[in-house]
Amino acid sequence: MAATMTPHGPPLDLTHGRVEMSHGAGGRAMAQLIDQLFAAAFANPLLAQGNDQAVFTPPPGRLALATDTYVIRPRRFPGGDIGSLAVHGTVNDLAMGGAEPLYLTAGFVLEEGLPLGELAAIVKSMAAAASAAGVAIVTGDTKVVEHGHGDGVYINTAGLGVIRDPGLDLSGANARPGDAVLVSGTLGDHGMAVMAEREGLAFDPPLLSDSAPLGGLVAALLAAVPETRTLRDPTRGGLAATLNELAAQSGVGMVLEEAALPIRPGVRGACELLGIEPVNVANEGKLVAIVPAARAEAALAALKAHPLGREAALIGHVTDDAARRVEMVTTLGGRRVIDWLAGEQLPRIC
Amino acid sequence: MSGDATDRFVAPFRDPELGRRLLGAIARAARPGRTYALMEFCGGHTHAIARHGLPDLLPAGVRLIHGPGCPVCVLPVGRLDMALALAARPEVILTTYGDLLRIPASGGDTLFKARSRGADVRMVTSSLDAVALAAAQPDRQVVFMAIGFETTTPPTAVAVKQAEERGLDNFSILSNHVLTPPAIDAILGGSGAPRLDGIIGPAHVSTVIGWGAYQDLAARHQTPMVIAGFEPLDVLQAVHDLIGQVNAGRAEVGNQYARAVSRDGNPAACALVEALFEPRPDFAWRGLGRLPRSGLKLRPAYARFDAEARFELTEPEGREPPGCACGEVLKGATEPADCPLFATRCRPESPVGACMVSAEGACAAAHGHRRAPAAAPA
Repeated sequence: MAATMTPHGPPLDLTHGRVEMSHGAGGRAMAQLIDQLFAAAFANPLLAQGNDQAVFTPPPGRLALATDTYVIRPRRFPGGDIGSLAVHGTVNDLAMGGAEPLYLTAGFVLEEGLPLGELAAIVKSMAAAASAAGVAIVTGDTKVVEHGHGDGVYINTAGLGVIRDPGLDLSGANARPGDAVLVSGTLGDHGMAVMAEREGLAFDPPLLSDSAPLGGLVAALLAAVPETRTLRDPTRGGLAATLNELAAQSGVGMVLEEAALPIRPGVRGACELLGIEPVNVANEGKLVAIVPAARAEAALAALKAHPLGREAALIGHVTDDAARRVEMVTTLGGRRVIDWLAGEQLPRIC
Repeated sequence: MSGDATDRFVAPFRDPELGRRLLGAIARAARPGRTYALMEFCGGHTHAIARHGLPDLLPAGVRLIHGPGCPVCVLPVGRLDMALALAARPEVILTTYGDLLRIPASGGDTLFKARSRGADVRMVTSSLDAVALAAAQPDRQVVFMAIGFETTTPPTAVAVKQAEERGLDNFSILSNHVLTPPAIDAILGGSGAPRLDGIIGPAHVSTVIGWGAYQDLAARHQTPMVIAGFEPLDVLQAVHDLIGQVNAGRAEVGNQYARAVSRDGNPAACALVEALFEPRPDFAWRGLGRLPRSGLKLRPAYARFDAEARFELTEPEGREPPGCACGEVLKGATEPADCPLFATRCRPESPVGACMVSAEGACAAAHGHRRAPAAAPA
């Protein structure tokens, strides 16, 4: 963000002002935006160094690095916005490796014409999410593209975290036949909340994104069950994509029980309406945990004891299927394969 | 829509205990040593059967055969080529329902690929969104690629009516609407399909045209039909009722989906369609060939909303993908897994034929829910 802490110019007009090309041009307007919006909201000692880089001494332990870019329409949705999502997504990628998040970078691509008031709200939400996740946004970048060349705002964040336990090994290659598969709560909340908002579909009660930082939940689980084999957050592609990834990585199969999958009635209804499977829908505040079968109950109890894991469930087990299939026993007792989505999720015609 | 709607309208029709009882009744009704070849007409049935793993649960003699009731699957390549030609025109915004964007046309081109080349192709979830788009963009020509059986024709008719009332001169439709009874007639009339003992009849289509629309077909072809909903217990009950009719030597139209389907269907919707549309002399179906009076076009009074007239389009002779067995699969003559391209060159992420695209397509259903060993990753 390379900003000095001297305020530039008059206050930004957050009521009528809009992002202009000059906000990315490296001049006074850009410095004004950085000072008054970004630096003010993200304030922390490393950012206050005011240099092109944040300089720090890493704590003892292994470091973990993750990055993600956030492009979402609508930018605001029930339960969050692109700002909070840009923090949660990246800290959760760190958490899935057992890393405690330390620092984030934030890169913004702003579209000319974006109301400054909306940008301020996004930045504020991002700052609040970072603070709640215990992570500091220590450096950043702003670019402006011409009107019509972006969806208002794209955000990239990179996160640096530390794994303090030298013995912890949470690779996706660790699943073993017989292991238990758990999920930390209801499936499909984020994706269906966003889709309903985008399509103008109203539900009663409204669908809410589950976007949340999972560091605390992971810490609680690992404290109770340090033998946990692997953790992954089922974001894009949903549970189906995540389990297929893990099955491929570990060279195993999995069998799920359809009746055990926790799904909110509203999400189930929205999925029925749009012809979409809840297992293919994105989550932003859930994790999949694979643990040795003997530790399944302990893991479930630890998850349920945490506010973000109250609806956790044991949903299936790992098999020795050489074809690495993820299968599901349906509520009627039939069996079917749970596959990756082929491409974009498209509503059916009839 | 309320969160508990699924508890009332969906959950009872997936009840495991009722399912076990129905399966027991089917097992008792099916006579040992004889087979019951039953075609589920609709892609919605195909999807439900695969999704709930029903084939595993039925007695060995009961064989479910996929029918042609998947709108994007039966659309011939020539019609897609017309849509691609329209999309290539700079003044056109081509709108359509989602599934269609991925269907391969001649040479493997798709509307998705056209979009990546710069064509303005947009997915809508309602035909009325296309009308709204035309109103908002008066300097562009908005074409709605209309597709589907009797279920989706009324919404297209409403869109045309709206465009007329709003005086829009930049909205038109490329009509690919087709009729169900001619397709059933062709299947039962020996279009190369296997001998069928019964048909699980359309759900949503029948809410519009009513179960009475099939009585003549069942009698003429001496084949029983049971209209069924798209939930697993609906399908199981239809299977049970069909076995009963076959055993008794009856060929009637039964209505399992009584909670939504009446004898006469939806007269208001039918009247609207009748007012705006007329049957074409014939229409090409993938797999079934050209069937007389099986497709709909706008009546001359609405010709200004007909994209074929407005842009002077003619249907080209489309090139079906070489080696693709979609045509045979659509009439139940071939199982998806018997197609040489199935799960090898033709996969959901890189479909060669239309049946691998839609969730209702027989090949996509067979692939997504398959039990056979997975093919090696490409």
